[in-house]
Amino acid sequence: MDRVNSDGRAVRSRTARAALVLFACVAAGAGWSQEQGAPAGRVPKPAITPAQGDTCVEPVEFMRRNHMEVLLHQRDRTMRAGVRTKQHSLKGCVECHASAETGSVAAAPGDFCRSCHGYAAVKIDCFECHAAKPAVAQGAKP
Amino acid sequence: MNGHDAGRRQFLAWGAGAVATLTLAPGVLLLQSAHGRAPVEAASGAVRWGLLIDTDKCAKGCDACVTACNRENGLSGGTRETDAQWIRKVELKDLRTGREASLPMMCQHCEQPPCVDVCPTGASFKRADGIVLVDKHVCIGCRYCMMACPYKARSLVHENLADQRPDVPRGKGTVESCTFCVHRVDRGETPACVRACADAGHGAMVFGDLNDPASDIAQRIARYPSTQARADLGLNPGVRYQGI
Amino acid sequence: MKIAYREIEGRSGAYWLLLGVLGAVTAAGLAAAWTMEHRGHIVTGMTNQIVWGMPHVFAVFLIVAASGALNVASIASVFGKGFYKPLAPLSGLVAVALLAGGLAVLMLDLGRADRIVVAMTRYNFTSIFALNVFLYTGFFVIVALYLWTMMERRMNRYSTPVGYAALVWRLVLTTGTGSIFGFLVARQAYDSAMLAPTFVAMSFSYGLAAYLLVLIAAYAWSGRTLDVAVLRRLKNLLVVFIAVVLYFVAVFHLTNLYFARQSAFERFVLADGGIYPALFWGGQILLGSLVPMALLAHPRLGAARGTVVAASLLVVLGGLAQMHVTIIGGQAFPLELFPGMQESGSFFDGRVHPYAPSLPELALGLGGVAIAGIIVVLAVKLLAFLPERLDGRVAESP
Repeated sequence: MDRVNSDGRAVRSRTARAALVLFACVAAGAGWSQEQGAPAGRVPKPAITPAQGDTCVEPVEFMRRNHMEVLLHQRDRTMRAGVRTKQHSLKGCVECHASAETGSVAAAPGDFCRSCHGYAAVKIDCFECHAAKPAVAQGAKP
Repeated sequence: MNGHDAGRRQFLAWGAGAVATLTLAPGVLLLQSAHGRAPVEAASGAVRWGLLIDTDKCAKGCDACVTACNRENGLSGGTRETDAQWIRKVELKDLRTGREASLPMMCQHCEQPPCVDVCPTGASFKRADGIVLVDKHVCIGCRYCMMACPYKARSLVHENLADQRPDVPRGKGTVESCTFCVHRVDRGETPACVRACADAGHGAMVFGDLNDPASDIAQRIARYPSTQARADLGLNPGVRYQGI
Repeated sequence: MKIAYREIEGRSGAYWLLLGVLGAVTAAGLAAAWTMEHRGHIVTGMTNQIVWGMPHVFAVFLIVAASGALNVASIASVFGKGFYKPLAPLSGLVAVALLAGGLAVLMLDLGRADRIVVAMTRYNFTSIFALNVFLYTGFFVIVALYLWTMMERRMNRYSTPVGYAALVWRLVLTTGTGSIFGFLVARQAYDSAMLAPTFVAMSFSYGLAAYLLVLIAAYAWSGRTLDVAVLRRLKNLLVVFIAVVLYFVAVFHLTNLYFARQSAFERFVLADGGIYPALFWGGQILLGSLVPMALLAHPRLGAARGTVVAASLLVVLGGLAQMHVTIIGGQAFPLELFPGMQESGSFFDGRVHPYAPSLPELALGLGGVAIAGIIVVLAVKLLAFLPERLDGRVAESP
């Protein structure tokens, strides 16, 4: 962004304009500008709802970058070998991160998984099949 | 090392729990001593899970196993031609003798599963302990396994689903079938159908390790005659039927 | 004498109309696939009992015909018949087009068509389906090479060895396609080694019929000369192929009739199975085989353009009827869980499964045919596939 060259000013103004357009699109798509009242012209941060417990299963920085790898690895070990450790299980993620309002990690745009994935424009494929709510929130067995 | 010890302690605790449920009535072993496995342990090739169904005890008209399966796995219970049915009751009649039998039919968890042979992506697979599953992450929904299964045990999810059970992910466009309630088995429990059959007072289903000579199922199979569905195909199913 | 190949002009209103119609059918097919992707297979007539339906009837037909469409090229370069040489490039083109159409239908019908990358990157080599993915992609490559050796003068001398490779490859490919069914031990309709050679024979017949339709249409609509000698030889070939298919079909059913355990299935598909015996006798045997044979064998009218077109159309329709009987009839017949017992249950055990194709799946199947059509129509305009004239002198040249 701050690349300086002989025509530095021109480059910056062009990138700034592009960023503004990009932000407008993202904000309009997810409806954050109203929800958060983010100041125009600044890149908004996704709303991260607080999770249960004090710490995540791995350092937060690590999880932000690598949660997909962790989940993928665990997915194959659980599916293929029957290893059911809780630490890296998707069920574990859902149990801690389900939002207080919707009880889900992916029901509303502000829910934990959706807020970041919406921000990064990455489709989540998990919850077409996996429950996005913890077991308790589903109520007792009929 | 520490984790391993913790795992073993937990294993012992589960074993105790399982033994407690072992003898509900004198002489009738309803539940197999469970192979409680620590979560960190992978399914073992030394185990072969199996199910023995005594058709003489299976009551015509009773579908406790079916409703329990639907509830446990989050199936709708619908019986349209497009609805998934993991377990169903089948009524048999020998036309020559008139003898009738009622039995539950589900994935037979074959030793040589045709569904695994034909699956182009390897989504259909057999776990080390003999449970045949679909890895829905790589299932492309070609339905070749459904063509290949002699038991019609598999269903394609034809519609969008919501509110799946946390332990049982299911999704549109992928194929699914009985998992022997693998999430329960991994906790050291028996499949929901077996539990429901016992609760309904029939006790027609015995679940356990076919490879363990001391297990109830292995001893029964050794003592009484039993048969396999489509035994002529030589697939060696893990489900056996008694009284047919 | 040298053969002069030339692109067709392709600027007439009729050309664009043809392209427009094919485009519209393709669009309808794609719309159907989109609906199936978003709403699920509930929008089709396919169920958990009839798991493969109309898309598979079209897809398997197109794939089988694709391999057979290469006949003419094989005869020219492998068997050294110079007479067929001018006809060979079109043969390769039709083969590639039909295969592309068939595969498109097969892929778009998947429950998770979005996972096409998974299908192309993860292989289970005990699956004949996975092997077929290689056979199909290999077919594209080999036929493309083959076309290059035929159409690029400097490459001409390689066309015989490449032709051999293509011949062997397509025999293996159709064996693989037949084995998709032949290897299904579970179902009485399949589970037979006969299916692979029968599919090979069918590929000869369906492929040549499709090729003839394209050839005649291309020459008639571009106003070029197609000599009757060409048609006479090709139609005689078609008669032989139809007869070979009849032979294999007869042996298949006679074997089954001899086995007591198969008699219930044979009664179903040949006598009392409703639409399936009707499609078998009326569609596959009468209209799809006997009538076209009689038409083509006629001493005076047999080689007339109209007769060949009518007979080829009938062979194609008979082929679709055959695929319907084989694929859907084979699934409609109930599975036997405990042989010798009468079965009933909530999953429709022991009952013949009904099947009513829905509009989207029909549109998808026809869309595959249209895709094949578009490929041919565009290719003959862009590249020189067709000899300027196919009259006696060209045909007689070595």
